[in-house]
Amino acid sequence: MSKQSDYDPSVMKKHMGMQAKTRASNTVIYIVLIIISIIWLAPFVFIVLQSFRVENTHMVGYIVPQQWGFDNYVKLAQTDFFRWYANTFIAAVCTALLQTIIVLCMSYTLSRFRFKMRRGLMKFMLILGLFPGMLTMIILYRVLKDLGMTQANAVPGLILVYIASSGMGYYVSKGFFDTVPKTLDEAARVDGATRAQVLWKIILPMAKPIVIYTVLTAFMGPWGDFIFARYISMNASAGMNVAVGLYSWLTADQINQRFTMFCAGGVLVAIPVTILFMCLQKYYVEGVTGGAVKG
Amino acid sequence: MAKYSDLEYLRLSKGQRFSYKLGQFFSSILPGIGNLFKRLGRGIAGVFGKFLGGIADIGRTFKNGDAKTKASFLVMGFGSIARGQILRGILFLLFEIVFIFYMATAGVKWLAMLPSLGKVGPTKEYNAVLDTYVTTYHDNSFKILLYGVLTIFFIIAFIYTWRVNVRQNKISQEMLENGIRLRSGKDDLRSLVDESFYKTLLALPLTGILVFTVLPLVFMVLVAFTNYDGANDGYFSGLFHWVGLDNFNQVLSWGSGSTVYSATFGEVLTWTLIWAFFATFSNYFLGMFVAMMINKKGIRFKKGWRTILVLTIAIPQFISLLYVSKMFAKDGIVNGTLLSWGWIKEALPFWTDPTWARVTVILINIWIGIPYLMLIATGILMNIPADLYESAKIDGASGWKQFSKITLPYMLFITGPYLLTSFTGNMNNFNVIYLLTGGNPINAAASSAAGQVGHTDLLITWLFKITTGTDSKYYMASVVGILIFVILAIITLIVYNVLPSVKNEEDFQ
Repeated sequence: MSKQSDYDPSVMKKHMGMQAKTRASNTVIYIVLIIISIIWLAPFVFIVLQSFRVENTHMVGYIVPQQWGFDNYVKLAQTDFFRWYANTFIAAVCTALLQTIIVLCMSYTLSRFRFKMRRGLMKFMLILGLFPGMLTMIILYRVLKDLGMTQANAVPGLILVYIASSGMGYYVSKGFFDTVPKTLDEAARVDGATRAQVLWKIILPMAKPIVIYTVLTAFMGPWGDFIFARYISMNASAGMNVAVGLYSWLTADQINQRFTMFCAGGVLVAIPVTILFMCLQKYYVEGVTGGAVKG
Repeated sequence: MAKYSDLEYLRLSKGQRFSYKLGQFFSSILPGIGNLFKRLGRGIAGVFGKFLGGIADIGRTFKNGDAKTKASFLVMGFGSIARGQILRGILFLLFEIVFIFYMATAGVKWLAMLPSLGKVGPTKEYNAVLDTYVTTYHDNSFKILLYGVLTIFFIIAFIYTWRVNVRQNKISQEMLENGIRLRSGKDDLRSLVDESFYKTLLALPLTGILVFTVLPLVFMVLVAFTNYDGANDGYFSGLFHWVGLDNFNQVLSWGSGSTVYSATFGEVLTWTLIWAFFATFSNYFLGMFVAMMINKKGIRFKKGWRTILVLTIAIPQFISLLYVSKMFAKDGIVNGTLLSWGWIKEALPFWTDPTWARVTVILINIWIGIPYLMLIATGILMNIPADLYESAKIDGASGWKQFSKITLPYMLFITGPYLLTSFTGNMNNFNVIYLLTGGNPINAAASSAAGQVGHTDLLITWLFKITTGTDSKYYMASVVGILIFVILAIITLIVYNVLPSVKNEEDFQ
């Protein structure tokens, strides 16, 4: 992030004529930015307000509740919501841990080692990535079902699906490892370190930003996953995650009883994830910008 | 098309320059594709040549080999054990034993059933004792196809291992003849944390990809050539069998027959491309614009503005998208507010009119996408050397000139590959479409095609709807999936072959 302000009075004085013009254009920009902020924040403010609405559980055309209360939050306890919450949390923690290991293995190897099949492997994974991953869920569902990892027991199956192919998402962290000078490795190798020691003792401690980025994105994934979670839990409430569960509350037959509860549930999901994300924002921004520049 | 020299180019007027550049771009597509096929041809020829070379090498190894080497052709690992490389030898031998055992007990059986995918389906017989019809299940097409594919994978792995075994023997024999010590099992193990550390690191990720992506994809691609669906699930409801290209025929309708699927496919594909175009470029330019506003000199609270936007990335999409979708519903807040202000007489048809729905999803996608683009653009904008702007200012360049001559080219150059992935990503942008509209409003003209296609359905959401729909026409899902792959591959190849900015990755290191 840059300095708070690049405003420099001495430079501005030299351009007295431009000053008024700059101020005018800055005012316009401030107005635009304020409008943008309102548009971007409004839905979240609305959702919080609606979650405290006591009168009427269905959608209404106004924003501020007439009667405030925690009713919707209390009612959540009578549903499967906290089961879904636990499911998602377990899946997210396991995924964050295992996926990070796999992604780091993959990206470090592709960045540092030059072996015969390397280029072929990368091309192959690029091609694989062009297939819609959703296609595989038909067969994965049947196989997982045979293993007893669907419906009510969907969580282990989901974790397996999330992490198994995560090696294909190596691009961002490979880009990071590419920027770590190779001379570091070579110096350590000259001193007699094995390749494994180089990774553990030299590269990993330096890779903290990318490790945090990988953990963060891996952790966020299961909270938003809808496709696989829905297919693998197959209408069994006990195996749903929050996304699938809360989606089911917005279907035509449920929305009138559950809309405000959906808002309350959404708030409960969003709070911890958002706090975590905002704390680690710096690493996320680094990862996203680095990844885009590398392509 | 004639190519101008730099001097000639500078003499052209603005309009001529533009049409010249456009012409250059399009005329470079054809040679680009030509090049691609040339490279493809060379690649195939290379693989074929290597294959022939491999066979010749095997022959030579056998001719020049000693007894140990020759025995290894039959008993894998024999040579390694005999030469003292016990660990390697045992691994080879074990693999061969497992392979033979598997083939004898199961593999051959699955392979034999693969061409027919099973002969006897479930049968219903009257059971006098229970006084009811009892279903007995027999062959399982699903398992036959799955294990058939697995067996073929296994055979390929065996042939590869056998080839490695032969090469090992050749190398060991030559090394011993030249008086070089062979590596012991201990050396081999040590090398797994040292120079062959990559094998250790890749073992787990690649196994995962093989089992959970490659194998399922091969299976699903094969499903496109069968009639596997809810009514023929291969075991409970009935067997499925090979149907050749029938399903592709239906979607692409090159043969005679109904055009239901081909018409639907054309419509959905057109919308998918329109959507991807607008979703990508609206986000790209608006995101860049927002980033430039925030980064402008003299604007305060830079961090604050950014944080507000980043907040929307943090909140899981299903919450924000589902909520926003309901905001625009007939009885939602947007319509409610507008009605109470008296701006409109009746609710606006955000999700019920095809055109309204399409425009609305594109607009809401801007709301979703700008924060990402703002972050990316901020990172890049900060890297543009400031003296470029300084000298431009001294030369009297206006703000627009600075943007179009410095910022935009710089951004486009750096983010070229990103634009491509973003375009293909948007073609497969399941979440935004499915959570906002569910693909609706329903497209009545396409009602006889599986999956209840709607006007905002992308290919990917159509695929999902076919899969989870009432008929579960898995074979159609598979055809659509394969076509998505083909389209993405064509776009990717063209862009990569036409764009000059595919960078050499070694340059970065």
